[in-house]
Amino acid sequence: MAGVTLDTVRKIYAGNVEAVKGVSLGIEDGSFCVLVGPSGCGKSTLLRMIAGLETISGGEVKIGDRVVNQVEPADRDIAMVFQNYALYPHMSVYDNMAYGLKNRKTPKDEIDKRVKEAARILAIEPFLARKPRQLSGGQRQRVAMGRAIVRKPQVFLFDEPLSNLDAKLRVQMRVEIKRLQRALGVTSIYVTHDQVEAMTLSDKLVVMSGGQIEQVGTPAEVYRRPETRFVATFIGSPPMNILPGTVEGPGRVSVGGQSIAVTDMRDGLTPGSAIEVGLRPEDVQAGSTGTSSLSMDVDFVEELGATQLFHGKVAGAEFIVQASTGQLAADTRKLTLAVDPGNVHLFDPQTTKRLGRA
Amino acid sequence: MEKRAHISGWTLPLLLILPQMAITVIFFYWPASQAIWQSFLREDAFGLASEFVGFENYVSLFEQPEYYRAMVTTAIFSSLVAFFSLACALLLATQADKNIRGGQAFKTFLIWPYAVAPAIAGVLWLFMFHPTLGTLSKPIKAIGIDWNPMLNANHAMTLLVLSATWKQISYNFLFFLAGLQAIPKSVIEAAAIDGAGPLRRFWTVIFPLLSPTTFFLLVVNIVYVFFDTFGIIDAVTGGGPAGQTTTLVYKVYADGRLGGDLGGSAAQSVILMIIVIALTAIQFRYVERKVQY
Repeated sequence: MAGVTLDTVRKIYAGNVEAVKGVSLGIEDGSFCVLVGPSGCGKSTLLRMIAGLETISGGEVKIGDRVVNQVEPADRDIAMVFQNYALYPHMSVYDNMAYGLKNRKTPKDEIDKRVKEAARILAIEPFLARKPRQLSGGQRQRVAMGRAIVRKPQVFLFDEPLSNLDAKLRVQMRVEIKRLQRALGVTSIYVTHDQVEAMTLSDKLVVMSGGQIEQVGTPAEVYRRPETRFVATFIGSPPMNILPGTVEGPGRVSVGGQSIAVTDMRDGLTPGSAIEVGLRPEDVQAGSTGTSSLSMDVDFVEELGATQLFHGKVAGAEFIVQASTGQLAADTRKLTLAVDPGNVHLFDPQTTKRLGRA
Repeated sequence: MEKRAHISGWTLPLLLILPQMAITVIFFYWPASQAIWQSFLREDAFGLASEFVGFENYVSLFEQPEYYRAMVTTAIFSSLVAFFSLACALLLATQADKNIRGGQAFKTFLIWPYAVAPAIAGVLWLFMFHPTLGTLSKPIKAIGIDWNPMLNANHAMTLLVLSATWKQISYNFLFFLAGLQAIPKSVIEAAAIDGAGPLRRFWTVIFPLLSPTTFFLLVVNIVYVFFDTFGIIDAVTGGGPAGQTTTLVYKVYADGRLGGDLGGSAAQSVILMIIVIALTAIQFRYVERKVQY
């Protein structure tokens, strides 16, 4: 087993396009690290550089204590699960899993033992003689995982492995991947654009945008204390509401003339300067605290079953409130929202960075 | 899910298939039936009278040692050309499939030979390898080989194989390139991570995945060598020296056109026709069943 260390890793494509702009990241041995971000944020490129499928334009990639910049993918002791599974279509499931071991001149009985064991773990024993085209999407996904685990590599790399599955299967496989990783204890790096996958799978969540890391932390940290406006609006569904506001004084901001209290606010902000106020739809309650509340005009309501989403405007900006069904009448047109000072996030309108306590 | 347009009546469908039917009938069925009929006839030397002789043309054909020799020549010629043109095309296609500078120009140049008419291709190669005029004959002679495709049957065959292969590479190249591009990149990458070096990757993953293309090309190439190399043979060797590069199709021409034996020539055509039909049938059966993944 080994951890993975990235030191100012860069990827520059022909034409001076910088896809990855100096990313540094330490991934502890045995942990599950998820890289999440919108498409084109460089997360897949980063993963492919760790795998050795893309050359590294600058910086250093280390697996364990070994710098692998110049090491062939085959010699990095990694296994990768691809989005389209990348199974060998002309080989049986058994041969698909045995291929990597055969290439490494593993003895036949050892290959047989490992393939059968992996097949047992993944419950694909009945399909060992079949060809990939005779399998369903979920079964192919399992074979791809099997191909990775038979090799007993130092690191598993996952490149959006669940995005070709239907919603129900995706949830099921997500749980299985997590369980498998726990059981095997192999360092895993997982790329996805799906924030739910990112939150549920990761020990360490890395949010990326524009070729750079926006924030690294546990899922709870990233959700509770987003470091940038991008992270705030990317993680969480429905996304965090961002309202334009101004600084009133220490611990108070004003939104459209309505004053609210804030716990996590940087000292020394100039009163009257512009600021962005972030509120999660699930963090605001109907009702008034007198000292810290906002009024909202409701446009329409979305029914989600257990909860309802109230769409409308606060101080002229789009705003969503999530409330348990039955808590508010569906024909509500005006809402007064109580704001808990601990749930307010402040961002600098220029740098988009969090303006919280240091 | 079946999608079908329903057209009522017979007039429109008939009109639509009429041009294709007309072409097939005029250019295939009619001459083919003529050939079959003629293969049962014998004409006098002046073409004034003919009589029905049944299978006599076929019988006399199989009594000729020259016919067997032409069969052997055809077999050697077609297997050599098919092998070399497939192998070279595959090698070039694998190289062109890589991301190399000027790859597009490389691909375009490789396709050009296909646009050269067979007879011209033959003349081109004949000039280069002509025993006295050829620019490339001198270096060959310089290394001590008494190069003379006009007199030496092996040399003549070598020259034919060269020109026929050269012309066919383009076609095979295009199909192989398309085949290679159809293989998902991630499969190759998975194999690389699975510890297979470039050569092993080629033989255990890429080549098996190309097998439907390869098989299709093999059949097409054999048919090509059987028929379309006529122009090259006529221009380069004229079937010589001493009939040693006469293939089955060239013999049809030599016996019928030059020898005036229309009945015998027609009989040979019929046999060739049967060979091609058999090849095509095998191809369809195989492509649909065995060579699949």
